[in-house]
Amino acid sequence: MKRILSGNEAIARGAWEAGVYVAAAYPGTPSTEILEEFSRFPGVYCEWSSNEKVALDVAVGAALAGRRAMAAMKHVGVNVAADSLFYASYTGSEGGLVLVSADDPAMHSSQNEQDNRRYASFARVPCLDPSDSQECKDFCIAAFNLSEQFDTPVLLRTTTRINHSSTPVELGERGEVRPARKKFPRNAAKYVMVPANARGRHPVVEERVERLREWVETSPLNRIEWRDREVGIITAGVAYQYAREVFPTASILKLGVVFPLPAALIRRFAAGVARLVVLEELDPVIEEGVRLLGLPCEGKSIFPLIGELDPAVVRRAGATAGLPVDRPPVPRPSIPLPELPGRPPVLCPGCSHRGVFQLLAKKRVAVSGDIGCYTLGFLPPLSALHFCGCMGASIAVAHGAAQAGLGERVVAVLGDSTFYHTGLPALVNVAYNKANILLIILDNRTTAMTGHQANPGTGVTLQNQPTDVVELEPLVRALGIKHVATVGAYDVKEIERAYRELMATNEPAVMIARQPCVLLPESRRQWVPLEVLENCNGCGVCFRIGCPAILKSDEIDPVNNKPLALIDKDLCTGCEICTQICPHDAITTRDQMRLLEDSDHSSCALMPPGGAQ
Amino acid sequence: MSTPALAVNFVLTGVGGQGTLLASNILADVALAASLDVKKSEVHGMAQRGGSVISHVRWHPEAVYSPIVGVGEADILLAFEKLEALRYAHYLRPGGTAVVNDMSIVPITVSAGGAVYPGDEYLAPAFAALGTTVLTVPGERLAQEAGNVKAANVVLLGALSRVLPLPEEVWWTCLEQRVPQKFLELNRQAFAAGRAAVEQRPS
Repeated sequence: MKRILSGNEAIARGAWEAGVYVAAAYPGTPSTEILEEFSRFPGVYCEWSSNEKVALDVAVGAALAGRRAMAAMKHVGVNVAADSLFYASYTGSEGGLVLVSADDPAMHSSQNEQDNRRYASFARVPCLDPSDSQECKDFCIAAFNLSEQFDTPVLLRTTTRINHSSTPVELGERGEVRPARKKFPRNAAKYVMVPANARGRHPVVEERVERLREWVETSPLNRIEWRDREVGIITAGVAYQYAREVFPTASILKLGVVFPLPAALIRRFAAGVARLVVLEELDPVIEEGVRLLGLPCEGKSIFPLIGELDPAVVRRAGATAGLPVDRPPVPRPSIPLPELPGRPPVLCPGCSHRGVFQLLAKKRVAVSGDIGCYTLGFLPPLSALHFCGCMGASIAVAHGAAQAGLGERVVAVLGDSTFYHTGLPALVNVAYNKANILLIILDNRTTAMTGHQANPGTGVTLQNQPTDVVELEPLVRALGIKHVATVGAYDVKEIERAYRELMATNEPAVMIARQPCVLLPESRRQWVPLEVLENCNGCGVCFRIGCPAILKSDEIDPVNNKPLALIDKDLCTGCEICTQICPHDAITTRDQMRLLEDSDHSSCALMPPGGAQ
Repeated sequence: MSTPALAVNFVLTGVGGQGTLLASNILADVALAASLDVKKSEVHGMAQRGGSVISHVRWHPEAVYSPIVGVGEADILLAFEKLEALRYAHYLRPGGTAVVNDMSIVPITVSAGGAVYPGDEYLAPAFAALGTTVLTVPGERLAQEAGNVKAANVVLLGALSRVLPLPEEVWWTCLEQRVPQKFLELNRQAFAAGRAAVEQRPS
């Protein structure tokens, strides 16, 4: 039976068919759906781990217990997990162990576009690079077999266009599920990586790479498609699809394994074509490998190093280099248009982060930010976030700036999930080494940006089991922070009061601004759209909080000569941030809207909040 | 060599949250139901927070390779919002067709900044300059008439179905499988209204 599956769904399916019992991940685009999908299968254990390193260690532990186990993460998650990847390469495991890395060329939802194929040669583990959903499933199964055959973790590396493209897949059955071992393995020479033992393992690892080099020469995951011999293209991953599309007459060496490379196969292919070209997205990983074999080839001299490829990009570059393209590239047409307004992603209407950011914007304070929806606080009109590096960096960067003697206090902001991820050790450091930063934890009780995955503050697991919430306040106090305040994230006055109080201490301080994400189902049920009242005079204060539900109306205030505010009823959720900051009491409260609904809508003249008493 | 009638490249655009993903799912289902090869590609994550979104769907009777459509290579642009229609217009090939929802969603750069939302007067000349046809469909209005404004995406699929050489039943069978039972009738009417909106146009 064929079904259309995304690459992520196909990887989950492959893991299930391969008999995987344990899977662990931290959510991150474009990898998130792998575990979401895997959690729907019967007879599995899976979890959102608190970060990617924890996830990989969990998978290693499960593999030491004899199970097949998988960890999945986005490319930068592998940086977090890299320490574990490198020891796991030395130790190997008992059951198969696969690490899925979802890279994000073009940075659709990431802070960089690193090419994680590099990790394979770095950590000395084989790397498979599927080119569609069918291969995602097949390669996932192959990766587990390879892992057990060679006693090595296997890197299954994908890219956004593989993870989030859907193509037909032939479904199979669940394979054998190995039971867990009765006993933890007791084999210090293999599993206790102290220097003396690790020195014994490194030669084993290098010898394993040599055996993999032999294996890869005949692996069915690589294949030559002979067509015209004038041009031969070596390619892998989604770039293979672009090669087929744009160079239909060229011979192709399609690599499913990108580390180690099949040297003899590449030599045979090179010898069979007049012009050897490597087509790959991002880094010249294959190209460098081919050159190391002493084979002259072209690659990044033709195709871009940076960003995503697509058929048009490949066609243009290929035609310029005189390669046999399917048809001439078309120049980008000129269209009679004014400059179009951008539509960047924004903090949603009713976003529980807006109350904090409008205050930070007002205070013009330096803000060290982090990875999550709230990063969008950097955008105008709020422009209230001045640094964002990677998960968890906000706190220690603020700490470092403070300890350097910076001339202003720095506020760090990060979300609940990011705090559990890597904020914890950074806050321990702040408490112990005493930086006078204020940390604001934007606690919306979910991992919102990636689509509302559970985290230790949510109270349910990935497999929908109830569990105990790891409460932030006692946690933060236990880390050594003396000044802790919790506020409702929609309460503008309360946020400001807590801010003043905590900033007055000149010691490490934490504000927890709590309000469940407005997009959660239980929040949606409480939406009440607000209205602008007649006493709006177009002062524009509400435009500065960057709420998409607040529009400029066509009506102009005769005195100010500025447009009046208008609330889009389809977008407004009734968070009342605008109600609270309006200097003229010209926006309704939720209570007023309820009154309005209860009474006859037509006859009710709304009073501003001050005048209603 | 002529291109087969059912080798179709679609680009779907809109604003995060408008239902472009459901529409691209149904386009993929329709292809499978019509025994075509199909690939679909979309972007999740940050852009979904009210940002500009784009999905790609490709049909071919034999084999689809690339999951994404290059600039100037789309046969059909299905735009859920007028500014996004203009933003991605250059994806259309000459002779292609744009199906555009008559809907404006003002971006934050306009409502809280100095940018100006382009007026309707730009639509026709922009697509004419590309040598393409544009069909404007009042998705929200027709969906409202059918019973729920949220069915605008199904209205648009109805309109789109009219410009593709597949029997109506194929579309409807696929829609039925993706729509909850209690909304079947509503969606049937929304789909029919979309088809009628295109049929009634003077050619």
